[in-house]
Amino acid sequence: MTKIANKEPYQQAYYPPVPTAWTRFMRTCFLWQAVRFLVINVKMLKLMRNSH
Amino acid sequence: MAKILILGAGISGHTAARYLDRWLGKEHQIVVVSPNARWNWIPSNIWVGVGQMTEEDVTFDLAQVYGKTNVDFRQARALSIHPEGEGGNHDPFATIEYTLPGKEGTIERVSYDYLINATGPKLNFGATEGLGPDHGHTVSVCTASHATEANKKLQEIVDALKRGERKTLVIGTGHGTCTCQGAAFEYIYNVDYILREAGVRDMARIVWISNEYELGDFGMGGVHIERGGYVTNGKTFAESLMVERNIEWIVRAHVKKVEAGKIHYETLDGQFHELEFDFSMLIPPFAGVGLKAINAAGEDITSQVFAPSGFMKVDADYAPRPYAEWSAEDWPKTYQNPTYRNLFAIGIAFAPPHLISKPMQSANGTPINPAPPRTGMPSAKMAIAVAESIRDMVRGAKAPTQTASMARMGAACIASTGSHPLRGTAVTMTVFPVVPDYERYPMYGRDLNLTFGEIGLAGHWMKSLLHHTFIYQAKMQPGWWLLPD
Repeated sequence: MTKIANKEPYQQAYYPPVPTAWTRFMRTCFLWQAVRFLVINVKMLKLMRNSH
Repeated sequence: MAKILILGAGISGHTAARYLDRWLGKEHQIVVVSPNARWNWIPSNIWVGVGQMTEEDVTFDLAQVYGKTNVDFRQARALSIHPEGEGGNHDPFATIEYTLPGKEGTIERVSYDYLINATGPKLNFGATEGLGPDHGHTVSVCTASHATEANKKLQEIVDALKRGERKTLVIGTGHGTCTCQGAAFEYIYNVDYILREAGVRDMARIVWISNEYELGDFGMGGVHIERGGYVTNGKTFAESLMVERNIEWIVRAHVKKVEAGKIHYETLDGQFHELEFDFSMLIPPFAGVGLKAINAAGEDITSQVFAPSGFMKVDADYAPRPYAEWSAEDWPKTYQNPTYRNLFAIGIAFAPPHLISKPMQSANGTPINPAPPRTGMPSAKMAIAVAESIRDMVRGAKAPTQTASMARMGAACIASTGSHPLRGTAVTMTVFPVVPDYERYPMYGRDLNLTFGEIGLAGHWMKSLLHHTFIYQAKMQPGWWLLPD
């Protein structure tokens, strides 16, 4: 039987977005994060180029 | 030969010293005065505070590094500056008091042609009764030794949790006017991570408390980023991180008093509350270090040179104005003192013209609004700009040649949310500009092409990489000047 949750008054944690299992997986997926590492570096270099 | 005196050897002071030594060290004299024997890479203190690094990993001996250069290092605290000299002698000087073991208490005059005030903040634990590790009931990660002490107490909590005891941990800011929410933000997630790794997270209640109007403000009025087809405020992501990790949060809070095991705080609606805790790390508010300024006649001119907060006045527009009239142009560009043109202040030591976040006060008149951040990347940028200006002025320029306004520069911030080479994560955030400019970017005050944020393992790799890179650079190892600041 499915456990019935959220029967208490609205809580602080009820409103913000919560990451899905896929999002959480991608956050520590080595290959994807290797790509993101390069992307972050490019973004930072772009930021530094625009700052005097 | 010109003599350049740098007060402070933190991120901004040491950055200025490195570049001035490189550009002028052979022909001119550079003196660095710091009460601390060791340089500290402060962003990694949060890892010391959870036992994943030691003080040795985040600090190094300054005298040893300056020994390889032409910098004259004096381990002492600055007491006063005398920009007009004294009596008939118009040579400006500063007085310092040695903290070097064996020479403690010795007072000395150091003359200068140019002075850079990079003294950083006084950690003003005294602003809140019962705050801080020395005379209070909370711990801190503001210095490496504080972080070591914090970890000791945290490990006692972990042991208690392992014994089956339930504990409440409260982390955030210890006063309504604090800045540096980022350090507390990183620390709370690293504490959460450590408890999960120890298998005791379900026994702990973790609570965030801060003076921000909303989560993710960070004293910069928050950020907007493009994500998933929307322009979204950072509050959404900050709250999501808290919910995901089962962390509760209290915002718009001014901590009034801390007793053993109990925090008393006031919220923006004028209500007073209490929160019980077993472990608490609360960042103190910052103030100037208490430098005095004295004129040639021996009169105290501190109020002319410094703002009431103790930070030094520079080329900012300090005219009091309502929030609606604040402008990006109010922020300093050259960091030169308007009265004494050979005085500069950088990093936390300069007086900001006003807040960045919207000013707020409670129904009881208590200010509850974050002070503007000016640490990390911006402080290094302004240090380099001032060093370049002084280099050019020594070589004949009549005025500062470089600018580094926080309203014209971006900043990158990487906030660790757990340290592990494969399971760790960090929030990577960039903002451009640091101070929102609503004339150039009317909607959000920032360039959304250069303002972004994401969380993931890549962020942790970046934070680790920056830790090693910046310590290598600060140690002035071969080719340090090729690395970005």
